[in-house]
Amino acid sequence: MPLHEEHKKRAGRNYALAGILLAMVLLFFVVTLVKLNVI
Amino acid sequence: MQMQTVASSLDQTVQKGNLDDYLPGAGDFFELLKPRVMSLVIFTAIIGMVMAPGQIHPVIAFTAILCIAVGAGAAGCLNMWYESDLDARMVRTAGRPIPSGRIDRQTALHFGVALATASVLVMGLMVNYVSAALLLMTILFYVVVYTVWLKRRTSLNIVIGGAAGAFPPMVAWAAVTGGVSLESIVLFGIIFMWTPPHFWSLSLFACKDYKAAGIPMLPVVSGEAETRKQILIYTLFMVPVTVLPWALGFAGAVYGMTAGIGGVIFISLSLSLFINKNIITAKRTFFYSIFYLFALFAVMGGEVVIGRMI
Repeated sequence: MPLHEEHKKRAGRNYALAGILLAMVLLFFVVTLVKLNVI
Repeated sequence: MQMQTVASSLDQTVQKGNLDDYLPGAGDFFELLKPRVMSLVIFTAIIGMVMAPGQIHPVIAFTAILCIAVGAGAAGCLNMWYESDLDARMVRTAGRPIPSGRIDRQTALHFGVALATASVLVMGLMVNYVSAALLLMTILFYVVVYTVWLKRRTSLNIVIGGAAGAFPPMVAWAAVTGGVSLESIVLFGIIFMWTPPHFWSLSLFACKDYKAAGIPMLPVVSGEAETRKQILIYTLFMVPVTVLPWALGFAGAVYGMTAGIGGVIFISLSLSLFINKNIITAKRTFFYSIFYLFALFAVMGGEVVIGRMI
């Protein structure tokens, strides 16, 4: 696999993982607010 | 023919680059989660949640459905990890990420275990412990009881193993109520009784594949005539179970009629399959069974939603 293609794929995977982690952080935060009856 | 198809699915992978240095992408990992099975699990879980009495905050409801979806995906991933040798031998499954060499078994195992652990933990901490325990049981049932224990050993694999696919509405019900009740057991019963005729009609036209892989599906072990007979028997037992929600009063008349009419069509298809013995009727029964289950749950949930709006 050409190097630039591998970098591109690796970057795509990292962005996907970052997006999932960010979404989880947001979800945990919102659930905490719900449990504390803030929203 | 079979070898050609397997080779062609592998070719598609090879075209992406040399398999030795192939870097799996997010799509390959997503494929490990069996997205089509996951969509049916999400659908039945949402209906289970809608049917359950009581209130649940939309954020908690979303979290519960997410956990059920991820848990189902993890079970699918662990199933692919364990069955990669069988998958490689069947045309239908040879292109999956592990047999095609896009993801190695070790990575799939780690991915599946991580997702299963995360889904159960989040469910327990953020929703409730009963739903988390049921979710854990669902994953273990699918992976250990069905995949590891039953699938390669007995033609009853799909009868007992089918319970794994029937748990999601029960898990969702527990997410709302914090417990298990007769109604949620009935929802479980509908999917449990539906699974054998559904998979046996599939196995009638995928018999060669199962035979090649050495999986003891009913038509491989007991023959096609016995399978057609069992499809008819199970359908006859299934239809009364599908009418139970209306008979017990937690689903309305529209559902009762849908279950009644849909059930009669299912029985007549099974009867036709029993008499005609052709592949077209088997395919028709298989595709009808998907529509039938979808219609039952859609009408059941739809009635409740409309009833709450009025």
